[in-house]
Amino acid sequence: MGIEEKAGNLGIVTTTLETVVNWGRTNAMWPLLFGLACCAIEMMGAQASNYDLSRFGMELNRASPRQADLMIVAGRVSRKMAPVVRRLYDQMPEPKWVIAMGDCAACGGIFNNYAIVQGVDEVVPVDVYVAGCPPRPEALIDGIMMLHQKVMREKINGKKEAPIRIEHPLMQVK
Amino acid sequence: MAEPITVPTPQQIIEPALAGRTETMVLNMGPHHPSTHGVLRLVLELDGEVVVNVAPDVGYLHTGIEKTMESKTYQKAVVLTDRMDYLAPLSNNLCYALAVEKLLDVEIPERAQIARVLLTELQRLSSHLVWLGTHALDLAAMSVFLYAFREREQILDIFELVSGARMMTSYFRIGGLAYDLPADFIPTVEQFLAIMPSRIDEYEDLLTANPLWLERTVGVGVIDAQSAIALGLTGANLRATGVAYDVRKAMPYSGYETYSFEIPIGKNGDIYDRYRVRIAEMRQSVKIVQQATERLRELGPGPVVTPNRKVAPPPKREITESMESLIHHFKLWTEGFKPPRGDAYVSIESPRGILGCYVVSDGSPKPWRVHFRAPSFINLQSLAHMAKGRLVADLVALIASLDPVLGEVDR
Repeated sequence: MGIEEKAGNLGIVTTTLETVVNWGRTNAMWPLLFGLACCAIEMMGAQASNYDLSRFGMELNRASPRQADLMIVAGRVSRKMAPVVRRLYDQMPEPKWVIAMGDCAACGGIFNNYAIVQGVDEVVPVDVYVAGCPPRPEALIDGIMMLHQKVMREKINGKKEAPIRIEHPLMQVK
Repeated sequence: MAEPITVPTPQQIIEPALAGRTETMVLNMGPHHPSTHGVLRLVLELDGEVVVNVAPDVGYLHTGIEKTMESKTYQKAVVLTDRMDYLAPLSNNLCYALAVEKLLDVEIPERAQIARVLLTELQRLSSHLVWLGTHALDLAAMSVFLYAFREREQILDIFELVSGARMMTSYFRIGGLAYDLPADFIPTVEQFLAIMPSRIDEYEDLLTANPLWLERTVGVGVIDAQSAIALGLTGANLRATGVAYDVRKAMPYSGYETYSFEIPIGKNGDIYDRYRVRIAEMRQSVKIVQQATERLRELGPGPVVTPNRKVAPPPKREITESMESLIHHFKLWTEGFKPPRGDAYVSIESPRGILGCYVVSDGSPKPWRVHFRAPSFINLQSLAHMAKGRLVADLVALIASLDPVLGEVDR
């Protein structure tokens, strides 16, 4: 049918450009080494021995935004910090994705006051929202898996999908 | 009298540099920097690689916790204390609960007191493990981080068993505990205690005599006892200078006077001594947890919350039987309790130093003012004093050794 039949067992796979590019992007996603508050400790937990984020090719946290393609906003964003978050996002090269980790980054969480930005999506576009205060490492990994699936669905013409929300089963609205 | 120690502001360093009056270079470190342990910004004045002056710029994580607490009832404000020092939420819970309890003058049952000591000591272990892991990571020793987090997960599992949450437990409530300890609590803690001392030996094997570690830490970031006291340094940072001051001994709370433990002290006040003091503290914490576990076992089941129904809600089953209990429950969760007018200050030994809580009551169900003496914030002001004349690389080690938590610095 395709070229692989003619070539025999030579280790040739036919695919689309879209799939191979997206596959490459998902399996070597480098997150920005960027922690804000409590959630950053759970993010460290996700990278440490028990949860081992390197299983998904994500052990390499880049401290420089120029080398990162995923920003995990882990924690509450204050009004003083918001311009810095935006600047870091702008410094990241395309293609780039954002995970809002925790309730504070998603919607301000329990801090509805003068100091905290009510959701980091006021500042940067968010791809996946992970709920929890702080989310367990499993929830973060689930969010990352969702992002991987989303990246796999990405079209080469650059059209973006709507954000994904990961919520605790008890909190989901039926 | 030694000359007064001053902490510069960022403007004091930036302005002369912009005006071209200085020969030195100004470098901005943070707020996004992997070794500032959060969102701390440091303005460095450098002469080559040597630090001439450092000005910390805080507030990038300002959350308005103290202000928000004024709009919550006393019980509901407990949740906010968790998020200050997020490496030791239980210490924050304890400090706030003790301050409000002092204001109310309520008695805490024995079982709750023991559980509080036990869990805060486990919290100290978990906090020191994060310090150890990140400190070593900053000095390029990756494996210690992986070892430290392995044990930390076990402690978090205990917290999850007790309260249902790994980090933000809110388990200590005003008047006692949120609910009783689970049945398999003691065996789980004992299982952890059985392995922990050997694991601390493992960390020491990796670092204590490691020539690379010694090179980076011995004689670096030295502070003498007099300057440390003048700068308000507390916790392991103060004890590393040779001052044996620990609130658990000096002003015991929650029955710490009945536990036998020692206060490890250092001699030189350098980064290595701080490391040794914290490691020794971990061993002491294991000792305290052991004693507390034995006491819990001897004491057996019992109440974990004060019988004063004006402060703590009645057990759920009573609500279906007694009209009075229903009224208490309703009043507590809708209006809250009203402490008498006045103020109370309580300080405890958190993993980072003296954590103080000052609560002012105007007689209403909401606190008029809550203020925290945050040890991270006050420890941070000694940074400029210790970093002067050292290399930039030493500054990285120094920040880690002070163990600041930016959530607590900015609150």
